Amino acid sequence: MARDGQVQRHVVAKAEDIAPGERLAVSVGNRDIAIFNVDGGYYALANRCPHEGGPLCGGLITGIPLSDGPNDYRISRKGEFIRCPWHGWEFDIKTGQSWCDPKSVRARQFNVRVTPGAELVAGPYKAETLQVGRDGDYLVIEL
Amino acid sequence: MNAPFDAPSADSSARQRLMLVDCDIHPIQKPGAVAQYLSKQWRDHMMSFGGHVRQGLQQRIAWPRMMASGQRADAYPPDGGPPGSSYEMLRDQHLDPHGVEHGMLIALSKGGMEERNQDFAAALMHACNQWQKEHWVDRDPRLHAGIVVNADDVDAAVDEIKLRAKDPAFKQIILSPRTNEPLGRRRFWPIFAIAQETGLPLGLHPAAHPGGAPSTGAGWPTYYMQEHFTFSTASEAVATSLVMEGVFEEFPKVRIAMIESGLSWASILGWRMDRIWERMRAETPRLKHPPSHYLRQNFWFATQPIEEPENPQDLIDVFDWLGWDKIVYSSDYPHWDYDDPRFVFRIRLDDSKKRALFRTNAMTLYNLE
Amino acid sequence: MILPRPGAIDCDMHVNVPDVRALLPYMSDYWQDQIVTRYIDRSSFAHMSYPPGSPLSGRKDWVPQDGPLKSVPGGGLADVQTNLLNHFGIGMAVCNVIHGSNSLFNEDMGAEFCTAINEWLVREWLDREPRLRASIVVHAQNPQLAVDEIERRAGDPRFVSVLLPLMGDAPLGRRIYWPVYEAAQRHRLSIAVHAGSTYRYPTTAAGFTSYQIEDYIHMSAAFENLIVSFLAEGVFQKFPDLKLICMESGFTFIPTLLWRANKTWRGVRAEVPWIDEAPAEIIRRQVRFTLQPVDAPRDEEVLRKIFRQMDCDDLLVFSSDYPHWQFDGDEALPDGLPHQLIEKILFDNPRDAFPRLDAETAATIQLAGSHS
Repeated sequence: MARDGQVQRHVVAKAEDIAPGERLAVSVGNRDIAIFNVDGGYYALANRCPHEGGPLCGGLITGIPLSDGPNDYRISRKGEFIRCPWHGWEFDIKTGQSWCDPKSVRARQFNVRVTPGAELVAGPYKAETLQVGRDGDYLVIEL
Repeated sequence: MNAPFDAPSADSSARQRLMLVDCDIHPIQKPGAVAQYLSKQWRDHMMSFGGHVRQGLQQRIAWPRMMASGQRADAYPPDGGPPGSSYEMLRDQHLDPHGVEHGMLIALSKGGMEERNQDFAAALMHACNQWQKEHWVDRDPRLHAGIVVNADDVDAAVDEIKLRAKDPAFKQIILSPRTNEPLGRRRFWPIFAIAQETGLPLGLHPAAHPGGAPSTGAGWPTYYMQEHFTFSTASEAVATSLVMEGVFEEFPKVRIAMIESGLSWASILGWRMDRIWERMRAETPRLKHPPSHYLRQNFWFATQPIEEPENPQDLIDVFDWLGWDKIVYSSDYPHWDYDDPRFVFRIRLDDSKKRALFRTNAMTLYNLE
Repeated sequence: MILPRPGAIDCDMHVNVPDVRALLPYMSDYWQDQIVTRYIDRSSFAHMSYPPGSPLSGRKDWVPQDGPLKSVPGGGLADVQTNLLNHFGIGMAVCNVIHGSNSLFNEDMGAEFCTAINEWLVREWLDREPRLRASIVVHAQNPQLAVDEIERRAGDPRFVSVLLPLMGDAPLGRRIYWPVYEAAQRHRLSIAVHAGSTYRYPTTAAGFTSYQIEDYIHMSAAFENLIVSFLAEGVFQKFPDLKLICMESGFTFIPTLLWRANKTWRGVRAEVPWIDEAPAEIIRRQVRFTLQPVDAPRDEEVLRKIFRQMDCDDLLVFSSDYPHWQFDGDEALPDGLPHQLIEKILFDNPRDAFPRLDAETAATIQLAGSHS
């Protein structure tokens, strides 16, 4: 947010600078932002992993490996995840949600389990999302 | 490219003013860099027979690492070399922005630590040590080399140590815990003798390749998830061996740095050794004190990979038990499980503790000034 | 501290086969012939991990000084009744027989020893003392023979678990062992992995140690690797009802194991995508640890912190580890544990760890067995 509380629009890049499947790191003031093009849609995350501060924009864009049990492997939602270049944590580009379940859910009822094939229980670690929009040929971040 | 990040927890300003000692940086050779330090005989050998290590794959590790070959994906130099091969990248990504005043090099690659051909191993360790000096230390006085040796060939190791010990470029001796016998065994004692004589600490850092014995004691791990875990259990076993064999009764001044094995296991191991020693001490009459005494006296512990307790405050207990004077920060740059100095400790530390962890303990350990 | 009241469930105690001759009546004609003609009955099957004369293997006052069981740690049934069951007011005790035959390479011979040991347990221990329960001894080297033995014994509800040595031919999470876990889960038997090594490999990644004490110290690290093997291989996903009981492992390492398992998993998740929840939660739900040895300092503050770091009261189950020398006198519990935790350790957690200890469950099994 700008200091006076007003939302300011910052032109950060041309839309054509980021092809589908690609990403670009931009700076707005002292904020570092990673912009992703996922199938023609633009998404922005703070370029800082909530784990230990790694630059998410330098990571690998992938799908999410899922499994119903040992020796069962599949990839879902290709191109929708960013893996932090440091410790490899997986984040949903569109929502910033991490895909490991650490301390948020403590299964006190010990017979309750996540059923096979269901989505992972989302963890509390979330990369900060920002609003990025397209204004003609340009990408605009609102801060 | 990047402006400074907002630090998520404790204030970063104090960290940025404090000049750090990083106890674990991994330089790696650009392709062809080793050859210039080898005689023709060994250059030919390298091209023909190549490395002879204790696994079925010659040129890569049998447990493939996770993304980007187990390196930071953002540490690949633009010139195409592997992460850790570019001095400029190390300087620009890590040394300068983080205020690293002393960087301890741990050269794991092509140093012959796991090489089975003893003569080739001796040539490799000599070459690797020379390369460290010329390509890194001579270039940047912040960097300090470690004398890489193949501990299984004790005579060759001692010769190389004697040669390098007089050179201020080298500040420690590097051993892998994955030797053919546990390092406390008597045949390795000439290495401790020369370490004590020269005053150089021994940095124990797991080599990439196995030493020959399965890493879990029950056989070989299937997954990298397990293999990664065995780094700390292997280090525990070596610490136990060193203590229980009486190495520190014989060589009380030897300093051991445990690197890249985590550290929360150490005080727990000390308790466990003491309780068991109460029953079984007749087997090890050399020990004059409880085992934990030697852990406390002769060991330092590098922080990476830092423990991440569910309750971050538990780390305070871990450090209390270990001793705040024996913990030294390490980054493990450029590996994937790298610990950034700005974010590594998720607990509030006062300035004196920060100084100890990031600087003064390591200055003491390595005799840096 | 002493046990606060009678009825505790002792999840790890040992009865020792005095010599091979004791097992002969329970072997087939062929094996009796082999054992006798090859003079196999004339030498000891002492286990390298527990030399009978070592201070750890037998607390002095628990080793008969004379009579037919002289020097056999723990003695015989009368000794167990006197020294352990009556003296400590034990309600139920699980016998884990550690026998050197688990290191034999001949699978058939090893399996024959196991079936003889289990029969010896039934006839000379379980039939004579209602407070006793037991782990089924199997020759892990051949998982199919192990399953055969499990099927042979599963109808007897006094067998509550399957005993496996910590360090055998392969990490125990490996798929080759899954038939054992399938059979165990089906029969509601827990998996009891006990400290010790068959020495197929050195205990450490750096080779063979010099001293027994090093190997014993290293058991806790080996248990960590065991648990990580189960986690990584997906044993807990494949067998969600199975309980893994770590016996004589120590327990102060548990917090660091939980932390490191979670931390590593978050970076390697893609390699083992069947792990769909934090490893620490899986461990808290499916893994248990016997109380002895208490590998903690005699410091109540430290002990309280360790338990706080564990953040789970369900993990520990009481054990005496009789006749191993883990405590002096009657001090079977460490000082400084809160009352509610003691109750859980002595009574509730063992029942959760061994479903077949429950009388109703046992009755169901008995009924099912009598119809087969």
